[in-house]
Amino acid sequence: MTMLPEKSGPFTHAETSVTRTMTLVMAALVPATLFDAWLFGWPAIFLFITTVGSCMALEALCLNLQGKPFDRALSDGSAALTGWLLAMSLPPWAPWWVAFIAAVFAICVAKHIFGGLGQNVFNPAMVGRIAVLVSFPVQLTAFLAPHPLFAAASPGFMESLTITFGHAASLDSVSAASALGFIKTELSRGVPVSESLTKIPDLMDMAMGARAGSFGETSAVLILLGGLFLMAKKIISWHIPVTVMGTLFLMGSLFNAVDPGRFEPGWFHLVSGATFLGAFFIATDYVTSPVSKEGQLVYGFGIGLLTWVIRTFAGYPEGMAFAVLLMNALAPIIDHNIRPRAFGRTRKGEPLAVRGDQ
Amino acid sequence: MKLFPVRGGIHPDYRKDATSEKPIVALPMPAVLHILLQQHIGASAEAVVSEGQHVKKGELLGRAQGAVSAPVHAPTSGLIKAVTRCPAPHPSGLDQLTVVLEPDGKDEWGDLLPPIKDPFAATTDEIALRVAACGIVGLGGATFPSSVKLNLGKIHKLEMLLLNGAECEPYLTCDDRVMREFADEVVDGARIMAHALGTPKIVIGIESNKPAAIKAMTAAAEKVTGVVVAPVPVQYPMGSERHLVQAITGRETPIRKLTADIGVVVHNVATARAIHHAVRFGRPLINRVVTVGGGAVAEGKNIEAPIGADVQDLIRFCGGLRESAHRFVNGGPMMGQPLPSLNVPVIKGMSGILALTKKEANEHAPQPCIRCGSCVTTCPCGLVPVEMAAFIRNDKLDMAARSGVQDCFSCGSCSWICPSHIPLVHYFNYAKGALAAQDRDARKIDRTKTLVEARNARLEKVAEAKRAAAAARKAKTATPESDKASA
Amino acid sequence: MILAVGSLAAMGTALGALLGIASRYLAVEENPIELELAALLPGSQCGQCGYVGCAQAAKALAAHEAPVTLCPPGGKAVAEALAKKLGVTADLSEHEEHVPSIAYIDESLCLGCLRCAQECSVDAIVGAAKQMHTVIAEACHGCGKCEPVCNTMAITLKPIPKTVATWYWPKPGGSVH
Repeated sequence: MTMLPEKSGPFTHAETSVTRTMTLVMAALVPATLFDAWLFGWPAIFLFITTVGSCMALEALCLNLQGKPFDRALSDGSAALTGWLLAMSLPPWAPWWVAFIAAVFAICVAKHIFGGLGQNVFNPAMVGRIAVLVSFPVQLTAFLAPHPLFAAASPGFMESLTITFGHAASLDSVSAASALGFIKTELSRGVPVSESLTKIPDLMDMAMGARAGSFGETSAVLILLGGLFLMAKKIISWHIPVTVMGTLFLMGSLFNAVDPGRFEPGWFHLVSGATFLGAFFIATDYVTSPVSKEGQLVYGFGIGLLTWVIRTFAGYPEGMAFAVLLMNALAPIIDHNIRPRAFGRTRKGEPLAVRGDQ
Repeated sequence: MKLFPVRGGIHPDYRKDATSEKPIVALPMPAVLHILLQQHIGASAEAVVSEGQHVKKGELLGRAQGAVSAPVHAPTSGLIKAVTRCPAPHPSGLDQLTVVLEPDGKDEWGDLLPPIKDPFAATTDEIALRVAACGIVGLGGATFPSSVKLNLGKIHKLEMLLLNGAECEPYLTCDDRVMREFADEVVDGARIMAHALGTPKIVIGIESNKPAAIKAMTAAAEKVTGVVVAPVPVQYPMGSERHLVQAITGRETPIRKLTADIGVVVHNVATARAIHHAVRFGRPLINRVVTVGGGAVAEGKNIEAPIGADVQDLIRFCGGLRESAHRFVNGGPMMGQPLPSLNVPVIKGMSGILALTKKEANEHAPQPCIRCGSCVTTCPCGLVPVEMAAFIRNDKLDMAARSGVQDCFSCGSCSWICPSHIPLVHYFNYAKGALAAQDRDARKIDRTKTLVEARNARLEKVAEAKRAAAAARKAKTATPESDKASA
Repeated sequence: MILAVGSLAAMGTALGALLGIASRYLAVEENPIELELAALLPGSQCGQCGYVGCAQAAKALAAHEAPVTLCPPGGKAVAEALAKKLGVTADLSEHEEHVPSIAYIDESLCLGCLRCAQECSVDAIVGAAKQMHTVIAEACHGCGKCEPVCNTMAITLKPIPKTVATWYWPKPGGSVH
């Protein structure tokens, strides 16, 4: 009996898989998604279905065009997750075509042109979001105050269909600014931050999510819960979220202490915008972040710093997406230069000195 | 005892319960034994017996050749059927020189070397020579001739003999059983080694998932002085020599140096027991404890098997296979080698024979890397497996070498954890082999060049000599004429 | 408009001229690539590449007239070294066909004529006149120069047997994509 081995060890493997990883991330997003679906009603649900559906269909199409087995599009879950994150970064009442164009940019341009799963330099969901943000600023900043499902003032099922798939004519009448946008606008009108801060929902409401904003950015607490779940499952580590939020908080607090009239305080940076979603779910994207823990610290610091800079000084009220993309571009350089110290070697790669040597 | 953290590592499913409570049993003598002449690192042994010769138990079959080598001995009395090439328990399935011995059933001991009466009065050389003559090699799997390591005290200032009883590989329980059943022999062997090395201190490192072994070894250690049992955390690959040293002493062995350079010599617990037998009774290494396990085996056992017994014999002794096995492994599932067939013999370094089911092996087709970085986090050597594998896939072996592929000791943690099921360790094994082959080729070319130059120089010298001789002859024939002319 | 075109043109001319001057005055001495290539070749002048000797082969390599895989006894290592020196990617696939081999003398056929021993460029064949010759396996690099000079066809080139010591895992098959 012979059985020439074609493979070297090991001959036992952990119960890990790409599908498992992607599924756990999606599971972590479920509470926040359900809450936001309730908060923003039927249009949000339609938008979610449209975005995820488009991403999966486009993934299948792209793989098919390359002659690759496209059943993987559904089995590895990466396209569904991209769609999910993309949906959460769009305004909940955005029309269907915004979602579709964003999906085209995310899946076709950001992912498959670079070589598909694992090869993309930039986070697909953020590329999709930014592509539509710079192309259709009106639709993308038309945030609205919460319209909970089945509430009196909320649109019904049929009416919602026209909001997502028809011509939404009366969006202006329900729209509201997100907190970051509101403060930025007020500041440009000469109202100091310290004053406009008093007009936004209080810290508790901000954290719970009952406020205007993107689909997934409103409920910080539920996003945090999902993030902690991922850490418990060892899907992500603390390095990126903590450095992103820590840097953002420190920068905010520091400058707020210097000039409260010009700079938002640190806590405000944490609970507003997509800080939690970005720190736990976007910045931690495996493919586009550095592989070593040491590199991830630098990467997280960069995102935190850039987010603060963009929010404070640039034209857009929200900077997380831009910051993530900028640091994505730096990830290969970080990986190249910041690596773990090899066993028995110095940081420079020289063998450690033996006692008594030298 | 204060312990120090070790980087990376994994916590695989240990699956030791199936055999950990099974006492060591002896294998009934098989009908035929195949004793490989090379079962160790270094030069092969040279056969000193020939076909038709009758040998007794413990008699020399092959003698060591060179400084790093080990002899092999007859595990029982019987007839030499042949000295020929037979398949080795090596993934290549290639043949190696083998002594084929047919036991006569009498199991008669031959003349053994006399016991060393008081080993603690003996010199290092005396003990090292005895260990060398008894063919003892590292039984943890590395199979480095132990006698060479006993001489390290002569050139290094040693502080500690570290006995490796970590046994971090899943399934394997042979060291666990040896420590439980022969604790006194292990401790005595360790003390003899420490005496030879000139180290005052002996520490026995045992993973804390073996409480019975820790208890037995502590009891044995308390009877003597200078021996400490150190329970170490359960973390694969704690049994790696360098990592165990780091956990116990906090010192990191520089790359391409020995642990002896930082004052520690590491030996396996089963090696200590073999040394006890060699020194106290003059018995050579002719058998070892092998764990036969895995889900496909009817009943897992810890078997004391004669070197040269067929793997098939051991599996049959365990009641055969319960279901068809997906993989047969020599050693543990993490660092063990696949067996090319079941008709290969037990060798000195074989700690386990595993028949793993498909479910246990849990192998999947590779998928694209998602750069999750798990391999970087788990690598106990601080390497970046994802980057090295990418270089190797694109045939950039020199780049892989620069990012440290030769520092990798193939512990398998990265392959184990990879969610994309990329055979990372297989890439590294290939790269290490290919780089070594490149090195050999380069040396061969250097040698060829030197030889060509030497030959050219020689030819030139010959030609020069010929020219000189011709010129001399010419001068000789010319001179008489001129003499005549002048006359 | 004219100003812009003019200034750009002027800048281009000035920088171009600067580069021209730099290339003349800061020129690096041309490497004697032929000599460097010859140094990488075994130097046994076996002629298996189709050139008279290693120096001629190096000349052809330098002129890119010969592939880097031209040297059978040098094997993969030499091919890779040459490719690196020349800055080309070596297609080593055709090289796989050449199995490293060494000469073997059939003892029953050898007359002891010493022709092969004189031909061998690495002195790998030992023997005296009218005595049977033998090949020192460690020295022989399988150039095959001895094979044609043997009158009794006692010399054959045999592939070096694979051993457990030199075996290593093949590259994992199947693309990962």
